[in-house]
Amino acid sequence: MDSFIIGQQLVNGITLGAIYGLIAVGYTMVYGIIGMINFAHGDIYMVSAYLGAIFLAVITFFGIDSVVLALIITLLFTIVFTALYGWSVERIAYRPLRGSTRLAPLISAIGMSLILQNYVQLSQGARNQGFPALVEGSVRVGDGAQFFQVTYLQMIIVVTAFVSMGILTYVIHKTSLGRACRATQQDPMMAEVLGINTDRIISIVFVLGAIMAAVAGILVSLNYGSFDFYIGFITGIKAFTAAVLGGIGSLPGAILGGLILGMSESLFSGFVNTDYKDVFAFGLLIVVLIFKPSGLLGKPEIEKV
Amino acid sequence: MEKIHKPLDFILAFKGAFVASIIALLLFGPIMGLVLSGYDYQAELQRPLIAAVVVFVGRFLFSLLFQFAQHEPRLQWMLPRKTASVWVEGEQVESKQSVRLFSAMTAITVLTLTGQFWLSVAGGVVLYLLLSRLGKRKHQVMVALVVILGLLMPFFATKFWLTVLIAALIYVLLGLGLNIVVGFAGLLDLGFVAFYAVGAYGYGLGHEYLGLSFWAALPLGALMAACFGAILGFPVLRMHGDYLAIVTLGFGEIIRLVLNNWTEFTHGPNGVSAIPPPTLFGLEFSRIPKQGGTPFHEFFGISYDSSFRYIFIYLILFIIVSLMIAVVTRLRNMPIGRAWEALREDEIACRSLGINHVTVKLSAFSMGAMVGGLAGVFFAAYQGFINPSSFTFFESALILAIVVLGGLGSTVGVIIAAFILTILPETLRYLATELPKAIDSMSDYLPSFLHNTLSTLSDGLGDIGSYRVLIFGVCMVLMMIWRPRGLLPIQRRAYHLDKPGDAK
Amino acid sequence: MTTPLPLLSVSSLMMQFGGILALNDVSFGVAPNSITALIGPNGAGKTTVFNCITGFYRATNGVITLYGREKDTNIGQIIGEKLSVVDFIQPKILLRKLYYKMFGGSHLAARSGVARTFQNIRLFKDMTSLENLLVAQHTQVNRNLLSGLFKTPSFNRAEQLALENAYHWLSVCGLADDANRLAGELPYGHQRRLEIARAMCTKPTLICLDEPAAGLNPNETEALSVLIHTLKNDYHVTVLLIEHDMGLVMSISDHVVVLDHGEVIAMGSPDSVKNDPAVISAYLGIEEEAANS
Repeated sequence: MDSFIIGQQLVNGITLGAIYGLIAVGYTMVYGIIGMINFAHGDIYMVSAYLGAIFLAVITFFGIDSVVLALIITLLFTIVFTALYGWSVERIAYRPLRGSTRLAPLISAIGMSLILQNYVQLSQGARNQGFPALVEGSVRVGDGAQFFQVTYLQMIIVVTAFVSMGILTYVIHKTSLGRACRATQQDPMMAEVLGINTDRIISIVFVLGAIMAAVAGILVSLNYGSFDFYIGFITGIKAFTAAVLGGIGSLPGAILGGLILGMSESLFSGFVNTDYKDVFAFGLLIVVLIFKPSGLLGKPEIEKV
Repeated sequence: MEKIHKPLDFILAFKGAFVASIIALLLFGPIMGLVLSGYDYQAELQRPLIAAVVVFVGRFLFSLLFQFAQHEPRLQWMLPRKTASVWVEGEQVESKQSVRLFSAMTAITVLTLTGQFWLSVAGGVVLYLLLSRLGKRKHQVMVALVVILGLLMPFFATKFWLTVLIAALIYVLLGLGLNIVVGFAGLLDLGFVAFYAVGAYGYGLGHEYLGLSFWAALPLGALMAACFGAILGFPVLRMHGDYLAIVTLGFGEIIRLVLNNWTEFTHGPNGVSAIPPPTLFGLEFSRIPKQGGTPFHEFFGISYDSSFRYIFIYLILFIIVSLMIAVVTRLRNMPIGRAWEALREDEIACRSLGINHVTVKLSAFSMGAMVGGLAGVFFAAYQGFINPSSFTFFESALILAIVVLGGLGSTVGVIIAAFILTILPETLRYLATELPKAIDSMSDYLPSFLHNTLSTLSDGLGDIGSYRVLIFGVCMVLMMIWRPRGLLPIQRRAYHLDKPGDAK
Repeated sequence: MTTPLPLLSVSSLMMQFGGILALNDVSFGVAPNSITALIGPNGAGKTTVFNCITGFYRATNGVITLYGREKDTNIGQIIGEKLSVVDFIQPKILLRKLYYKMFGGSHLAARSGVARTFQNIRLFKDMTSLENLLVAQHTQVNRNLLSGLFKTPSFNRAEQLALENAYHWLSVCGLADDANRLAGELPYGHQRRLEIARAMCTKPTLICLDEPAAGLNPNETEALSVLIHTLKNDYHVTVLLIEHDMGLVMSISDHVVVLDHGEVIAMGSPDSVKNDPAVISAYLGIEEEAANS
């Protein structure tokens, strides 16, 4: 097998995996803190792709020509507004359901996901949307006919993803806010007793997840150049797969799971079959959940009797 | 006791509404106000403004209403309630005035479909009187009435409404199936559409490759779906509830993707066509026989009518649905049904009683899958054409919405919800085409502004179809906030010993 | 260990949660048709022992054997053991382990004759008391789908028997009037007794009661002790209980096992345990003073 083709697939896979990892963080943090799959998270990411394109169009309209400046401003606005979406989703669809039946938050999350998809579809139309290719150029490794290339954009994506993850890890492990988050994750009742406003912490976790999804949204739009209102669904499940693979509740696990999923999916579509790459990812999810539900870095769950 | 009337806090309501509308403006602003076109955008800033005003008014009124309802015993039902209202049979015998009225109104609405206005009113009145007179035998009489009405229905309904009714009954079947899994056993299955697809493709491909007839496909499709359910269920049913949800979701997608991509076998997105409708002992319901039998109309020497075919499908479907309702009702009072519900309440306690939670869950899962498969066979037979786009996640979500809005676990609720969710959009679409004509014919008598308003409203009705998903989503969220355990109270059976034995 | 053949034997039980050693080398036996109490301060590992015996936890080490009516059961085996490398050269053991991994679980412990109640009551709250007891008889009734759907005579007979049995246990536990009430609506004391009735409906040889007297008033505790005696004397089940109410423990137990920090520090008759210096220093000292004053 041609090692350069493998190299190319791995580079593509790492890029994809970094993005999965960013979205997986949202699932893993919410699951860690309230033990629930936030089904609407994939759609938050979808909303952020739209927001990014809209803000970029507005910024271009105001005549900011510098690509770097335009991207940074777009990123900032997108992060703020996506965070607001994340906060609102928690406030509307999850907070009123604390202490309700086990199924209730799951169902309301699915409702929220339907709402977001249809709302974007109705507002922006069902057609595909485009995102301009702002960053071009690449580095070639190898010579002549045998080479693989790494685009500057792919480098930016991986670096941005790792920097964001680094910042998040710092926030969670080194700040008092992060300490409150970890305390709430361990024992919400006790945290409440100790004066931590757990409702606020849960909101913040949703917001942090949404911020990561916003970064992912912009990066994906830059890389693929097009999106529609349905992207949140498939990417959402895959990011969740990444979270489970790495061990749900674990931040490094999310990025590790994302990278593994991205690379294996990329290799699979490169060497086996492109049509079935989603089937491969979902199959992987099922296999992991059957044989190692605690994932690679997660802690095994002890059933409380 | 004197009631304490707290004055309504308008300031609080106003503050809440103000904050909500500002947030709404920020949320809706970019997405609704700036529509992408290419790399540019078009400003439609009035849309988020209108939405924010709606949010403001809505939040303000709701806040006042809730403040009022909190101190008003008669309005307590408006407040959210997280626990289920369960009562044991025999505690409440008399049907309430509101229940009677509701049933009568429903009967009138359903009967209107036949296009005979006076008949429907008479039916409603009879039902109301029956309900208030019957007392104990009410239940049996009601069931008999509904069955007779259902069997007579196709002979009165127009062809359009007949197809709508068939679609509604297919959804009833799907709802009943999923209700076993989600409502009874408490397992959230987000890939239910997979079993629906297995049934539909089982018949479609079975006919194409093996020449299966509808009657052979009906049990085989159901069996195949049940097997699929068992194969998927066995490894995944040990999982934590939320994991189960996402795995079933993935499974549903896998089935759809395979159907879509395995073009040599399934024809991919082009789907399977020319699936024959059912026959009556070899008699066909088409003008020219396609399956080598005699056409129904020739055999009986009557003139051909294209609606015969639909009437026949409807009747089989109606019988199957009625049987299924009977089966589900029996199941609830059988050991397996009790074990399902016990498992939903407390899995650990079940295990401590020697109940194998995996096999009990598996039985619920494959039983639900079987009903889904049945529905799939009917879908293929009624449409004559199937392709993977009928089996997307949205379809699963719609079936889930039926079960949720019907109140998890309530059979009657599921039936009502399935009818409402399928017939309502059709009714609105129907009204959207009929109303403008009626409004125009009245234009001479109406003042012009009223006429204009009515026209706008009826135009708006036409668009309601595109808001369907949004409305489902909103209903699911609201339902979970307001009544997570369903609208209808849950009734439990009371058991008594036949002979007065050692229990005093 | 007074009788040569115990009903239940626990030997060298060890349980590790992450880095915490919850149980260390716990061994004791339960004689048939006796009342054995498991006592010890909070966090001593009593409920963990229960969870191992009833098959909810897989012990890190040690063997629990139930010498049942028909055959002996190794609890660790039926809930699915971990596979080890040597198993792959012993196909018979491998197949057995795989079988139990796929089909085994705590329900098999219950089927082999161990019933239990829970520290935090686990009733099916939205079902009636009778339904709770009917669910408990799941393995004994006619579960054939078709005979249920068509209400065959054999199905009706089985249901009738189950109903009679349920009513019988309700009256034994003094709950006859609550038959058709929702379990979640019963008063606390009744819920505790309903849980015992439910456990008894599984026809156990050994019933494990996890703090049955917690939250009961003195009258109810008195009634409970009568009930436990009835279970032993009239229905010949063996009782293993965890209890903090020393009055109850000392009055009804034949045998007492004392746990502290995951280890057995004493066992024997209530009197010998009461006077054991290790027990007094660890736990009973306060109790003694209270009794003397």
